[in-house]
Amino acid sequence: MTMLKIDNLQANVAEKPILKGLSLTINPGEIHAIMGPNGAGKSTLGYTLGGRPGYEVTGGSVDFLGQDLLELEPHERAAAGLFLGFQYPVEIPGVSFVQFLREAANAQRKGRGEEALSGGEFLKLAREKAGLLRMDMDMLKRPVNVGFSGGEKKRAEMVQMGILDPKLAILDETDSGLDIDALRICGEGINAIMRAPDKAVLLITHYQRLLDYVKPDFVHVLAAGRIVKTGGPELALRLEEEGYEAVVQETAA
Amino acid sequence: MSEVAALPTRKHEDFRYSDIDALAGVWPIAREEIVVADGGEESLQIVEDGAEAVARHLVISLGKGAKFDLRVLSAGPVYGRIAVDVRLAEGADFTLGAAQLATGSETLEVVTEVTHAGLNATSHQIVRSALAGHSVGTYLGRIAVERGADGTDAEQSVRAMLLDRTATANARPELEIYADDVKAAHGCAVGELDANGLFYLMSRGLTPPEAKRLMLQAFIAEAFTGAPGEAELSEAAIARLEQIL
Repeated sequence: MTMLKIDNLQANVAEKPILKGLSLTINPGEIHAIMGPNGAGKSTLGYTLGGRPGYEVTGGSVDFLGQDLLELEPHERAAAGLFLGFQYPVEIPGVSFVQFLREAANAQRKGRGEEALSGGEFLKLAREKAGLLRMDMDMLKRPVNVGFSGGEKKRAEMVQMGILDPKLAILDETDSGLDIDALRICGEGINAIMRAPDKAVLLITHYQRLLDYVKPDFVHVLAAGRIVKTGGPELALRLEEEGYEAVVQETAA
Repeated sequence: MSEVAALPTRKHEDFRYSDIDALAGVWPIAREEIVVADGGEESLQIVEDGAEAVARHLVISLGKGAKFDLRVLSAGPVYGRIAVDVRLAEGADFTLGAAQLATGSETLEVVTEVTHAGLNATSHQIVRSALAGHSVGTYLGRIAVERGADGTDAEQSVRAMLLDRTATANARPELEIYADDVKAAHGCAVGELDANGLFYLMSRGLTPPEAKRLMLQAFIAEAFTGAPGEAELSEAAIARLEQIL
């Protein structure tokens, strides 16, 4: 079965059309990268798929594992197996990661009709996934993202992904704000958690460098709300050398 | 606050936002006197979780270096009023942590008058309200610093979350200072739950009420931090939040 099939998706933000007929198909086991200049609609794509209020779908369809994704509430999308990694993870004072993630994991399990994790089971799982991202468990006892550096926030996103164990991860600029070591750790974390025959990843990024660690099967160029070019990993290298403008214009010509 | 014999009207400052009809049912309000001797330490926890109207008026006198820790959870009454008058002697310390969690057409109010009468006394008031439906949550807080009460440190932090656009929060901090070298910080804010934060929590699988409850739990936790009965208060507050969301 197809993991995600986006067909001619159109979406507005504040009544302004941002996505203008975007189509993309992702199969299980595949890693896709979407690259593109600022303002192309990359983050809008992520938020629209995540169901963020204010991102209004005006046309097209999205099928996620046989369900109409656009009909689902954000928490139902999560329970169905979608994970959205935020470019700017939100700080939530007063709520610890451990409490939040245990409630989230159990809410998802409940949504799928599965047994809740006990406190002990959850902590074991959290410790294992934090270890993958070289994150100390003590950090997960702190309030969600409060006082975390940019790199720590992104690593914490990956720990959440590990704990929630999604089918499809849409990672919005996970590489922004990372130093070289953190980039490698996050890249390896994505591979460890998501590289599996029944999982898939959509990486949204500006730069080629994350793709050194997470090798994509397909690279798409998004410009002005549409995918204008698709290729293999070599396309990302070409973009890095020649810039978006050259590649986008060549397509238009 | 002076004794009011007749049922007040809304023209009376301290009853400006009261539900006068409900107040009539519990009028007159008995004064409950509490005296903490020099150097003494006491605490009191008030949890109003019944549906009946309730009104209390505490009059607290703190001796030199005395401490009093008062925590209030208003979670259920159709009308709930807690009035507290505190008088602090030299070096005394008063803490108030209150949470008002209301829905329907409930009216809750915390009315305080904290008088710093001696040198170097400290007071901290934290009030958090989460208001749904057509409920009204009010905080009227007066701080009086008497002549000669130098070194006073008085703090008021008042925040309200409106869970529906039909709910109302009133906050009126008032300062009357007749001394020098006084620290009197007050902050008031009325707002709504952060939409970004809610979406973040929901994108991880929490249902909308679960996400709201988690954020509100954190919001009101500040009122109970460090209380002797912190765990019990938090548990009662969570149970109430689940009802009003």
